[in-house]
Amino acid sequence: MDTDKVFKALADATRRRLLDQLHKDNGQSLTQLCEHMNMTRQSVTQHLQLLEDANLVVIVWQGREKLHYLNPVPLQEIYARWIEKFERDRLRALRNLKRSLEADDDKKA
Amino acid sequence: MTTKKPDYVYVTYIATTPHKVWQAITDPELARQYWGDPNSGCARVNVSDWRPGSKWEHQRVDAARTVDIVGKVLESTPPRRLVISWARPDEAADDSKHSRVAFDIEPYSDGLVRLTVTHDDLERDPKMFAGVSGGWPKVLSNLKTLLETGRALPRTPVATEHR
Repeated sequence: MDTDKVFKALADATRRRLLDQLHKDNGQSLTQLCEHMNMTRQSVTQHLQLLEDANLVVIVWQGREKLHYLNPVPLQEIYARWIEKFERDRLRALRNLKRSLEADDDKKA
Repeated sequence: MTTKKPDYVYVTYIATTPHKVWQAITDPELARQYWGDPNSGCARVNVSDWRPGSKWEHQRVDAARTVDIVGKVLESTPPRRLVISWARPDEAADDSKHSRVAFDIEPYSDGLVRLTVTHDDLERDPKMFAGVSGGWPKVLSNLKTLLETGRALPRTPVATEHR
């Protein structure tokens, strides 16, 4: 999946609100989601389509009802690629510290 | 397909084959490379013969092979669909405490495979509900990276320099 689509989908307050709504209560129908949004049903549908194209929202059909699920997997990929990477040095330093402290304990024992 | 609403649905698209996705879920040699946190020594694997009705165990790759989750194989159609029940070891005997995980592996366009993980019947166990929601995105993101690049974490200058 295209990372650009994920960043574009997130670059909009309405779409982030829709994700927050699904985080609060996963698996909502369009009608349920519209209750929290101060805009037309058609606009909500368009925003949901962009979220679906970015794989941030996944559809499950329950009979004739279309339910929307928050899919955080693309967010995790962004986290691993753009956030965790910059933390890795610090995490390695901690790990090395732990190892050297544990090695000291082994010598004493 | 149950008529009940799933609790969680996770989807990832992976440039690989359905067979390799199936292997990555069911083969401990592959799972230990991405499931859990291989770097901190907390890798986890799934152990079973993967026949319908068989037991399966989610084990830590440690000396004791600590079992964190157990269940039964409910449906097994390699390499397309695997459904397992999911419970804490001390609640294995109580069916009402079991939740259910389905892996659906479908070929998608452009050489991609669509992997859907659906977790149902978690509502009786709020603690498991919370734990599961944090775990799956990381497992699936690591799985995708492993199958597409041969390593579980994204390759960065920092990571390669110390290899």
